[in-house]
Amino acid sequence: MIKLEKINMIFGEGTPDRNHVLRDVDLQINKGDFITIIGSNGAGKTTLFNVVSGNKRPSSGKVIVNNKDVTNHPEYKRAKYIGRIFQDPLLGTAGNMSISDNMLVAGNKGFKGLKISLNRKKREYFREQLKYLDIELENRMSDNVGMLSGGQRQALTLLMMSLSRPELVLLDEHTAALDPRNASKVMELTDKFIDEYGFTVMMITHNMQHAIDNGNRLLMMDEGRIILDISGEEKNSMTVESLIKKFHDIRNKDFATDKTLLS
Amino acid sequence: MIEGIIVEGLIYGIMALGVFLSFRVLDFPDLSVDGTFPLGAAVMAICLTGGMNMGLALLVSFTAGFIAGGITAVIHNKLGVPSLLAGILTMTMLWSINIRVLGSRANLPLLRTETILTSIRTLGEATIGETAALLIFFVIVVLIIKLLLDLFFHTDLGLTMGAMGDNEQMIISQGVNPEMVKIIGVGLSNGLVAISGAFAAQYQGFADVNLGQGIVVSGLAMVMLGEFLFSSNRIGLLTLRVILGAILYKAIMFFGRYYGYYINLTPNDLKLLTGLLIILSLILTKYRSKSLKFRRPAND
Repeated sequence: MIKLEKINMIFGEGTPDRNHVLRDVDLQINKGDFITIIGSNGAGKTTLFNVVSGNKRPSSGKVIVNNKDVTNHPEYKRAKYIGRIFQDPLLGTAGNMSISDNMLVAGNKGFKGLKISLNRKKREYFREQLKYLDIELENRMSDNVGMLSGGQRQALTLLMMSLSRPELVLLDEHTAALDPRNASKVMELTDKFIDEYGFTVMMITHNMQHAIDNGNRLLMMDEGRIILDISGEEKNSMTVESLIKKFHDIRNKDFATDKTLLS
Repeated sequence: MIEGIIVEGLIYGIMALGVFLSFRVLDFPDLSVDGTFPLGAAVMAICLTGGMNMGLALLVSFTAGFIAGGITAVIHNKLGVPSLLAGILTMTMLWSINIRVLGSRANLPLLRTETILTSIRTLGEATIGETAALLIFFVIVVLIIKLLLDLFFHTDLGLTMGAMGDNEQMIISQGVNPEMVKIIGVGLSNGLVAISGAFAAQYQGFADVNLGQGIVVSGLAMVMLGEFLFSSNRIGLLTLRVILGAILYKAIMFFGRYYGYYINLTPNDLKLLTGLLIILSLILTKYRSKSLKFRRPAND
């Protein structure tokens, strides 16, 4: 469905700060995949998301969606079929507007006209949807989103994203900024939504256990490369220990070249 | 006296609504207002002296302001210039354009020209009196503009505009091109400012290229004064308090002008007074938001 071909991303080309963040990344995302992505800081996970979502244009390589080259399409155009949730709960919603207004803006993607579409029927539909979250937001629909907690805001963002049924969902450590209780609540809701709507998902996480427990496919990134891509039985049999061992095995190979270079 | 203050407040209140739209709703500090206010005045004056239909002339003024505002947004979007600089560019260029619009002169008197206000005045003379007629006329005009604006903010586009001012990433995530929203928003804002300029020219009896000097600052002062009256998140009340803030501002300026001599204040000091008002508002807002943070209930 979505294909990345030989993606390279270089920041600060021609300056002393030149940073090669993504190196020849090839990736095929199939419909229905739930891919978890782990990797240390600076491995290129978020940059990968930026390239997929259109936030950044790759230095070279192609992004192909449904056999169409969308590498040069701006982010807002791709947002019609890609939903993204950020680590920062403030990025997904507008704090100075009410919950129902926020949901309305999220309801139908693309340019908005001079229609007044927030009517009673729509409000009722939003209330139903909010009940689904089970955090009692349905009674606070005219409250400003700025009054909600981070966990509530992230849950609302999740709901708003799913209203438009995107073809691909990008979750960028979307529970990392929350306290443990809210994080597990939001993760629980995430699973619920994915099950319900059969979303295709890519999820970055720092939590190796999350990466193993969730999804059908696991990617490990390091220094701009996808160094591990496992799915099915191989992924299910993984434990945190075996994952760390695998990481070391692969890194050791890298280190070997460094050692020979140094000696 | 009180009618005069309210009428002036209402005329400049339209401009304050424009400033509210760009500064508060869009979070796009736009200085082109200093150019689009006299632009509206100049276009209105030249259309009226040319004998154009009055309603049509008002529409042409609005359109001129809308285009000028749109240009500011385009400069900001396409060249990646901060909105402040884009506004200053438009404002500076408009000074020359306004002189051209007025027919290569800096001032165009409207004393012998029939304007919307002269017909209201003659209508009033025969019935309820000149000032009362003007007051009623402007209350109606500003009410219509306010209600239309409220209605606009309830449309999908209006809500999107509000969301963009708060969180541009959210709008992008919803598949909306933020550049387009900015062009429409800043255009609308300056269209309102131009209408305000058009009425100001008719009220004062002339159009002048320097009519707009420092107007954006007074507009900002009106918006901020309004914010002290009451707080709300309902758009109808937000626009209402902008208009009330404009009247309040004009009242303060009136008292500054008429009673200021007790403390050696001259009309030349009014700009200083405006600036100090804004600084005072900023200080009070800072203090208030601090105490608000303290009181906010810890909900989950």
